[in-house]
Amino acid sequence: MISLILILLASLFFTGLVIWTKSITSGRKGPGIFQPLKDVLRLFKKGAVYSKTTGIIFQVAPTIYFASVMMAIFVVPFGQARGFISFEGDFVFFAYVLATGKFFSIISALDTGSSFEGMGASREALFSMFAEPAFFILMGSFALLTGHSSFQGIFTAMHFTTKFSYALGALATFVLVIIAMVENSRMPFDDPKTHLELTMVHEVMILDNSGFDLGLILYTTNLKFAMYGALIANFFIGAIPWYLALLVFFGVQFVFAITIGLIESFTARFRMSHNAQYIFALSSVSLLIFFGVLLVLGKFI
Amino acid sequence: MKYVVVKNNEVIPISEIPVLEYGRFMETIIFTLMNKAHNHCVAYFGFPSENEVRLFCCIADDEQHVIYVSSSVVEKAQTLSSFTAKNFSFEKFEREIHENYGIKYKDHPWLKPVRYPFNSADKTQTIANYPFFNIDSEELHEVGVGPIHAGVIEPGHFRFICNGEQILHLEIQLGYQHRGIEHLFLERKKLLQRITLAESIAGDCVCGHTTAFVNLWEGLCNYTAGYDLKFARTMALELERLAIHTGDLSAMCTDVGYQLGSAVFGRLRTPIINFFQIWCGNRLAKGLIRAGKNNYPFTEDLAKQLIDLIDNYEVDFNEITKKLFTLPTVLARFEKTGVVNLEQAKMIGVVGMSARMCGLNRDIRSSHAHDLYGELDYQPIIKRHGDVYSRAQIRREAIRQSISFIRKLVKKIPSAIKGENYLSLPSADSFTISLVEGWRGEICHCALTGENGELVLYKIKDPSFHNWLALAMAVRNNEISDFPIANKSFDLSYCGHDL
Repeated sequence: MISLILILLASLFFTGLVIWTKSITSGRKGPGIFQPLKDVLRLFKKGAVYSKTTGIIFQVAPTIYFASVMMAIFVVPFGQARGFISFEGDFVFFAYVLATGKFFSIISALDTGSSFEGMGASREALFSMFAEPAFFILMGSFALLTGHSSFQGIFTAMHFTTKFSYALGALATFVLVIIAMVENSRMPFDDPKTHLELTMVHEVMILDNSGFDLGLILYTTNLKFAMYGALIANFFIGAIPWYLALLVFFGVQFVFAITIGLIESFTARFRMSHNAQYIFALSSVSLLIFFGVLLVLGKFI
Repeated sequence: MKYVVVKNNEVIPISEIPVLEYGRFMETIIFTLMNKAHNHCVAYFGFPSENEVRLFCCIADDEQHVIYVSSSVVEKAQTLSSFTAKNFSFEKFEREIHENYGIKYKDHPWLKPVRYPFNSADKTQTIANYPFFNIDSEELHEVGVGPIHAGVIEPGHFRFICNGEQILHLEIQLGYQHRGIEHLFLERKKLLQRITLAESIAGDCVCGHTTAFVNLWEGLCNYTAGYDLKFARTMALELERLAIHTGDLSAMCTDVGYQLGSAVFGRLRTPIINFFQIWCGNRLAKGLIRAGKNNYPFTEDLAKQLIDLIDNYEVDFNEITKKLFTLPTVLARFEKTGVVNLEQAKMIGVVGMSARMCGLNRDIRSSHAHDLYGELDYQPIIKRHGDVYSRAQIRREAIRQSISFIRKLVKKIPSAIKGENYLSLPSADSFTISLVEGWRGEICHCALTGENGELVLYKIKDPSFHNWLALAMAVRNNEISDFPIANKSFDLSYCGHDL
């Protein structure tokens, strides 16, 4: 329960912090960090316009997308405090409930019949597909290491005792950060600021959404960020006292947001064909974690 | 005599231009003149009368610094064999002649509408039923972009045929911006109206087009521009080049998502265009260039401000270009993207920056020097690879060159006399051609006058006219997501093409 509240809190300022960082680095004052939230609230007050070519899928998809992310958030724990729901194998549930949401956003993009949105949908599907093995090898390795298969079990049983496990933690953080960037369509994979339909991935899929639906999708992005931030924070929280854990949680969210802002300020985005290679390379990093775990358990060599 | 030899801005009586029979005309143009590598066609247009059209062809010789002009009279109903079949660079010109006067070509490969003028010969060809190149395939798909641009700049339609993410073919349909500028030049009788028209041919190339017009007009009126006028025009052209190239570098950074470059180049461009505001009261330099006079003399005080501005500009510019041209993520996007090779460039007949990026030395400032360029010791910047990176490099170096010219120019500020210089009436029955190197490339204005010295034909060729095809060739086999950066690196004009 506590994790749900914390993630909701973090989602309020996360995107604002990214935009603020980007403004500062480009020499601008930037909007307040609650501006994205205000935009969402403004959109919530508006009605939606639906194209005549779209059907029911297009209308329900944003809600399903939002619901899927909320469901995923339910299983994310906060240190020893379990999530809203928690059961053995919930990380599989986590991944596939997110995939369900993505599936609906992809078919809703296809529903519009626009050639741009079809392209965006195919790109998004491809990149998510490549990111999936990395996530499962990562979580599977930790399940093997700890002997648990729920998020809560894995995170509470994880102890950073040896130097070696610190290395594993660092690699896992790297993989999760990159997966979060892919799943949230941020640079260097996708440029959320661009106005060029031909280069967009996620943005182009929501071109036809408006009003309440658009607000929901934009807010879901904030939620997703905070959710991945919470997952990363969990690697470090483990069994420390709650007040320290709170500090670590917000510290990780803060550093995560600023890191994204900095990456987006000082690099150009990848060429589309390089994205797939780069994301797939994440699986090899996950494999490294897997072998590390085997080493720790003495099942290797 | 098969052709007459003129220099840039020279005025000759129309009667001096030989009229050849079409077969001989074609032979002269294609086999005698266009055979040489340093020759290219700068203008090919028709002058209609009742049932006939007199075709004028102007070929620029970059080595001899002259222009060859020849002509032929054909009937409108005639079916001709096309130049294009022998030399592809005439493709757009012949499409235009076909569209305007209904002359048919039996072996033109791509006889499609260009800009749908109100008085076109075939009114059934409308913008809505443009005959696109089609595919019939289960695997390939078409992507249509526009006519409304994602950044709401200017309208143009791009039709891609793709194999997944790969572009196989791009067809660019323009004409949405057609305003009938050439026709308006004849309708508007006052000089001021005409100059204002020249200023609005392409909003990002005000100095280029206006200089072309005033040079042409002063030539027609037998007026020789003094040092102060030439100084102002050269200065304005170089400032415009500086501002636009900086802005384009910013836009190229935006298109690859490099925020720092986008922000810094964007900030650097502003003081330059603001200097135009200080100089002449308009950031786009509208009102600065006038035929036979200069309303805004360049003063010592302005020079001091400009040098201060350039000094500040240069420091930041050097820092950010060093960063931009060494950043791996940017280089990964720029290099080998949107390549046009030398053969394609020659075939299309590209001009200006787009020619110099792939090793084709085509620059009016050195080949047909106008205004003060003859005295500036100008050396064209040539790159070889023809990709986005080459175009970025050309912009970087063109900016440095403009800065050095500006520094050179302000050492000798003319003691300007403000006020009217009365122009005499334009010479009667004359032909004149004016070439100017704008920032984008060669701008060509041609005029014919009637028996009382009134304009009877005004012909404009913007560098974008040919260069759009270079873009279509450049993106072939590239990823479709690289189209925006390739497009921006050319930064062609829609309204300059559509007129």
